[in-house]
Amino acid sequence: MNTIKPKHQRLVLALVALAALVGAALLAIWGLRSQASYFYVPQELVASPPAPDRAVRLGGMVEQGSLKTEADGVTISFVVGDGKARVPVRFKGIVPSLFVEGSGVVAEGKRAADGTFVADNLLAKHDEKYVPREMQDMTAEQAKQVVAETR
Amino acid sequence: MHGFANPARFLRIARWLTPLCLLAGVAVTAAALLWGLLKAPPDRLMGDTVRILFIHVPAAWLGMAGWTTLAGASLVELVWRHPLAGIAARAAAVPGAVFTAICLVTGSIWGRPTWGTWWVWDGRLTSMLVLLFLYFGYIALVDATRRDGGGSSRVAAIFGLVGAINVPIINRSVVWWNSLHQPPSITMGKSAIDPAFLWPLLAATIGFSLIFGGVVLARMRAILADIQAEARLRRKAMNDGVTNQAATNQAETSERAGADA
Repeated sequence: MNTIKPKHQRLVLALVALAALVGAALLAIWGLRSQASYFYVPQELVASPPAPDRAVRLGGMVEQGSLKTEADGVTISFVVGDGKARVPVRFKGIVPSLFVEGSGVVAEGKRAADGTFVADNLLAKHDEKYVPREMQDMTAEQAKQVVAETR
Repeated sequence: MHGFANPARFLRIARWLTPLCLLAGVAVTAAALLWGLLKAPPDRLMGDTVRILFIHVPAAWLGMAGWTTLAGASLVELVWRHPLAGIAARAAAVPGAVFTAICLVTGSIWGRPTWGTWWVWDGRLTSMLVLLFLYFGYIALVDATRRDGGGSSRVAAIFGLVGAINVPIINRSVVWWNSLHQPPSITMGKSAIDPAFLWPLLAATIGFSLIFGGVVLARMRAILADIQAEARLRRKAMNDGVTNQAATNQAETSERAGADA
């Protein structure tokens, strides 16, 4: 043992401590993998519906052509999908300016008995693409691809 | 690398490197921001709001790069006991915290018009806020060890190393968990950012990084000067043959004066 330099001993000690730390963090992340998510995707909401009174968040893409305004003029309904499941959503109020069909949305609210998601707040989810207005048409296909990829 | 651990040699290099970094950083940042704010086109969805990208992203990058620097320097200090490494770690803390705060504030301002909210507790936003608190904790710890007789800064170095676990969590948070924040736009060799935005963004990142480097160098020089001044005052007090009590008093007053200045 006397042949080991203190410098190397400290290095080994630091590396062992770091490895333990990373291991602990990975365990924590693994344990949190479902709790730390900000919202449920439609597939999860359909597969294991939360209790009717529990407030949850639903995130996904607003399906093209599904956005409708009801007779009262302030209630809207649309379908949120993730390519695997679709959930109808109703919301009454002011929508964020980035809320459009084919774009991401996070709805906060509760699941009604008939399977409709009644939202009391909407957040627009922006994708990771930044494209100038002039090139909008060129990226329509790309945008569709992102719709499929974005969770 | 061992050559740079020599404070005298470091000071010789830092003397010209500090103003060079700062001046180049300010020039590049100014050019990049003018480019980004005036010349870059509006985004297809966000319009002119996209321009906050050119401040938000470089600030986020430096908030994380700052802690990576701090943790790397802390490791070198703990293992190799290089005199300059601990000073580098201490010097990176305040600019790192400032950039993290800039990232959080600009992100919040950006979130209101795009997402429709100032703040949400999703993985990315929360882990970034944790980073800011880690910076505060580190700065307080360094200050406390210094006040308690300027003893070893090893406690702060260990804290710096432990806190580093948060950096990959911030980076991966948008991949591991569903979050309101979008997934990374720039991944290994690929970019979802149009070149019209990407180039001013890269320029701003380089400019911000140069300013960060310059500030760290300047703070390292200031800390070294502080240490030198304290040592000189102690020696002077001893040589003057004053009593120990008076010497400590004087050293303390000058230390306080130095801290105020």
